[in-house]
Amino acid sequence: MTVTDRPTPRDPSDDGLLRRGLAVIAVALRSAPRPFSVGIGGSLVYATMMVLSSLVLGWITDEVLIPSFAAGEFDRGLLLTAVLLIVGVALFKAIGVVGRRLGAYYAQFSLQSSYRRQVTRRYLELPLSWHRRHPTGELLSNANADVESAFFVAAPLPMAFGATVLLAITAALLIVTDPALAAIGFAVGPLLGFANWFYQRRMRSAATVAQQARADVSEVAHESFDAALVVKTLGREDAEEERFRAVSDDLRDKMIRVGRLRAFFDPVIEALPNVGILLVLLVGAYRVRDGALTPGDLVQFAYLFRLVALPMRVFGWLLGELPRAVVGWDRVSRVLAATDRMTYGDAPGAGQGGAEAAMVEVGFLHPSSERERLDGVAGPMVPAAGDDPANPGPEDHRRGIDSVTFDVAAGRTIALVGATGSGKSTIASLLVRLYDPDHGQVTYDEHALPELARDQLADHVAIVFQEAFLFDDTVRDNITLGAELPHDRVEAAARLAQAHGFITALGAGYDTVVGERGATLSGGQRQRIALARALVRSPRLLVLDDATSAVDPAVESAILRGLADAELPATVIVVAYRQSSIALADEVVFVDEGRVAARGSHGRLLAEVPAYRQLVTAYEEDARERDAAEQAAAEAGPEPDR
Amino acid sequence: MSRRREEATPRPTTDARPAQPEGAWRTFRRGLALSPELRVGLAVTMLLALLATAGRAIVPIAIQRTIDDGLASGAGLDLDAVAVIVLAAFVAVAITALASGAMNYRLAAVVETALSSLRVRAFRHIHDLSMLHQATQQRGGLVSRVTSDIDEISRFMQWAGLNLITSIGQLTVATLVMLFYSWRLTALVLLVFVPFMLGARWFQRRLTVAYLIVREKVGVMLGALAETVVGAPVVRAYGIEERTQARLDERIEEHRRAAVRAGTYSSMFSGTGEVFGALATAAAVVGGVLLGIDDQVTVGTVLAFLFLITLFVDPVLIAAEVINEGQTAVAGWRRVLDILDVEPDVADPGEEGRELPPGPVRIRFEHVSFRYPHPGEVARAASGPVVLDDVEVEIAPRTRVAVVGETGSGKTTFAKLLTRLMDPLEGRVLLDGIPVDEVRFSSLRQRVVMVPQDGALFEGSIADNVRMGREGLTDEDLALACLELGLGDWIDELPDHLDTPVGERGGSLSAGERQLVALARAYVANPDLLVLDEATSAVDPATEVRTQRALAGLTSGRTTVTIAHRMSTAEAADEVLVFDAGRLVQRGHHRDLVAEGGVYGALHDSWTRGVGTRS
Repeated sequence: MTVTDRPTPRDPSDDGLLRRGLAVIAVALRSAPRPFSVGIGGSLVYATMMVLSSLVLGWITDEVLIPSFAAGEFDRGLLLTAVLLIVGVALFKAIGVVGRRLGAYYAQFSLQSSYRRQVTRRYLELPLSWHRRHPTGELLSNANADVESAFFVAAPLPMAFGATVLLAITAALLIVTDPALAAIGFAVGPLLGFANWFYQRRMRSAATVAQQARADVSEVAHESFDAALVVKTLGREDAEEERFRAVSDDLRDKMIRVGRLRAFFDPVIEALPNVGILLVLLVGAYRVRDGALTPGDLVQFAYLFRLVALPMRVFGWLLGELPRAVVGWDRVSRVLAATDRMTYGDAPGAGQGGAEAAMVEVGFLHPSSERERLDGVAGPMVPAAGDDPANPGPEDHRRGIDSVTFDVAAGRTIALVGATGSGKSTIASLLVRLYDPDHGQVTYDEHALPELARDQLADHVAIVFQEAFLFDDTVRDNITLGAELPHDRVEAAARLAQAHGFITALGAGYDTVVGERGATLSGGQRQRIALARALVRSPRLLVLDDATSAVDPAVESAILRGLADAELPATVIVVAYRQSSIALADEVVFVDEGRVAARGSHGRLLAEVPAYRQLVTAYEEDARERDAAEQAAAEAGPEPDR
Repeated sequence: MSRRREEATPRPTTDARPAQPEGAWRTFRRGLALSPELRVGLAVTMLLALLATAGRAIVPIAIQRTIDDGLASGAGLDLDAVAVIVLAAFVAVAITALASGAMNYRLAAVVETALSSLRVRAFRHIHDLSMLHQATQQRGGLVSRVTSDIDEISRFMQWAGLNLITSIGQLTVATLVMLFYSWRLTALVLLVFVPFMLGARWFQRRLTVAYLIVREKVGVMLGALAETVVGAPVVRAYGIEERTQARLDERIEEHRRAAVRAGTYSSMFSGTGEVFGALATAAAVVGGVLLGIDDQVTVGTVLAFLFLITLFVDPVLIAAEVINEGQTAVAGWRRVLDILDVEPDVADPGEEGRELPPGPVRIRFEHVSFRYPHPGEVARAASGPVVLDDVEVEIAPRTRVAVVGETGSGKTTFAKLLTRLMDPLEGRVLLDGIPVDEVRFSSLRQRVVMVPQDGALFEGSIADNVRMGREGLTDEDLALACLELGLGDWIDELPDHLDTPVGERGGSLSAGERQLVALARAYVANPDLLVLDEATSAVDPATEVRTQRALAGLTSGRTTVTIAHRMSTAEAADEVLVFDAGRLVQRGHHRDLVAEGGVYGALHDSWTRGVGTRS
């Protein structure tokens, strides 16, 4: 069974942003310890050297500059020492900064790539029913933009650590110099905390909606470019532009809101240390007057206090990145936590000859078109083309089958016949376990599908869809899907699919790259390659879901005759409506309105089931009628001008 | 029978990388020219920036003066001086913060507005590009032009834009003050920085290329990602999760490597900056001492100078870092600008164009030839395989034409040229005697409607999609149209009738049902020339026949060209055009052609054989 887990919607006014931000930071640190160690190490070196350079300058002032000016001459050795000290400290500082930044970059991109791999692994593990609940654009945005957002926070982390140490060292020195002054100076700390808290609250929801708006833009762009041909031929460029403008403007407004919220945060963070210094100077001057402090000490104090500015800025930067990181991480972890699962057993799928396939009272409705957003808020969100903004979203509408029971003996070929929308494709999908039924049981040999081990079904069953999907790969790879197969087998499968001919006429034959989604081939050619892909695996159960719809009739009949002549051991289930496809089958299962209405040989059903006869012979009837009409017209005289 | 690689489009390539991509500054200027919105309210914003910069520079200087005059000077503590300076500095800090905040506030609106406008413009331009152009780009790349590439610019501007402006300002102020103190020492410091500037250029060039590669790898990765998501059913059904994951992992890893490489250059640059800052300080110390011996400068000046150097070096490093980080934004900007630069080769003649006269259309192909261009070639100079060869045909108005031929014979290209999705390499296509490239798109798209092979639908209801054929239709109009097409009972069987949602790309409907909606859409458009490309191939016979009957009635009075796969279509047509290997080899009524035999005869044979049942 498929276990479905719907996440509870998240309350956007959720507090604890700081806590959750720290949680993301903790995740980051745990996931990339080595680069962070290097980064933090470099940062510590840098911080230490900063303090050191301050002290060195103080020493130079006292021991080199002032004496030299006073004496009117200078000591060469001392000057050299001064220069060496300056440069030496700077070299270490440089090593520190390089280490810190390299560490940060390594960490950030390690985290990004690691979580991208995890998210995509999830995508590949989650069943199709989960995929259908999430639009393509959003899934892409998640694996890309959301992961990126979550780990932007990695960049300032090493610096933040160094800044903390710097702050500690400086604080210690300051307190040693004059505790009272230090206390005043550090009063700015709480101010920083307040400013941050205020900022985070406002930022949280703004960042969330902005990220969602970004995903919406991606989705509209995707859908629109996919349908580019239709847009052109309908002359809908203007309409599409308006549709896109709507989501783009929405994103713009939300980004403006984010930018404005941030507008004053940075300047405040920058101003605070300066306020601190000025306070210190003012109060310190009074203390000097009162004799509690020497001027030299105050100068030293002021210089040291300036070093505090850097940590403030870094913390500001880090805190500024938090909302976005939390939002990104929320969306990512939602995917990682999705527990929709297909359960598997350990039964094998191998065996002699074809497999038996059966369905017992199987019902299935396709997942509702209501969407589940990755931020937990349910409901559709993209302004669908032609949507009335006052009336949002499509209604819940589900198609599928009601209660289907039939079975196919091993090695037989049956045709599933039915009108458009009768449920044939649904049955095909269920037979190969693309979905689990809502109720009833689907079996393969004597096993219910969930009893089979994970790879067994894929290894022994092949399905060819109506819409053939090809990968950006060579023809050969599209057929073998990476399996090591001798060329003879590949060619044999291609010949059966009547594809060998056009493949060899391609630029590089089987090694020709077909391009993204097979764009360089026609629909019929794609279908034939998809068919070869299915055949090359010598499946025990072969399901053809209208697999020759885009193929020329001449070629199609060659394929079907070839398949019949090849006498494959497989059990073949052909979803069909053309007589040419039905002709291939031993038996016909007639599906009507989600149920099996009749079963038997084509001839018998033609004679006994009026609905079947009507469906299948409609073409022939029409041809006959037309012939008769033309005959009558010819006899009546020249046709009037139409 | 020769099989040419027809119905084919050139293989999509990744963006061609120029030997040396244009510099950031040039891209910035191009970008500014294209986004005049960025200049909105620029004067006030610049004023605020000036204020903020001045404030930033004043505060440290004030601190220095306090120390110099109020504390460290020989006269001992001067409390009044200190109080005045500090108070003034407080005011400066407040003004700086306000000015910075106000500037950020304004910039946020200006930048995002400009970017949104750029986004929409790029989107529209991509749609304006011909099918040929679009096919040469990877889908992921096109989407990234209007999404992540622009997001990069936004992110950069939000973070760095302000920093860059104020850093440059601070740099200027610091230099001016340094000059005021001692022009000799200033000259020395600037001299030390000359090699740094040269080094900075070297780094910048490396980084430009590095970031361009990163954007490229992102596009490739997004493409692989899209495959994984869109091809999920195939991946599941064939159990190739491992392999798909492995390939994706590879692309992700490649991107990571490229990003780290760019980061390495950036880090090295920072380190270099530190060293040069120290060298400048050392130079100031040595120079100061040497000059001081000669009484050219005072110790106070040297002290002030040492302090000012940090004011000088910091913004240099920040500015350099911002420019480095900006490379990735610049790369994104460049990609967007580049696509905007591509001239659509099938362009709308617009105002200068002509209108098609109303009424059924007469078609004429005059010596039309077509070839696909190889990647990198311009359409006009295409030298790929020949797809259409000297096609000469005239079709009278109101004729119902069926175009047949094997896959690769040129029939789909014929239809694309007819609807001006592409322009011929040689020859002309004329509608009602007017060359089709002279017809205004607004007129063309109204009079000529094409139903492509996979009738792509948009998310929404059936009614929404059908309404796309003609705006402003009432529900009654739609219902009537469906009745006339013979779709009435199918619509009635759907739970929500016309309001049934079709799902993403029409995924909630079966392929056959999607075709029906596409046909209804074409029908309400009421075109004078209807072009159907293999449109009815995936619908079951009963429904197909119903549609055929309806179409038969409706296409009377209209010129119709159908790319046919079914014998029924060819039989029902007034005239059949037979294509073989890019040439028009036969034409006439079905009966006559069957009698003639030839290519059509062979096709007919295989069709009839295929239909026969095996009992």
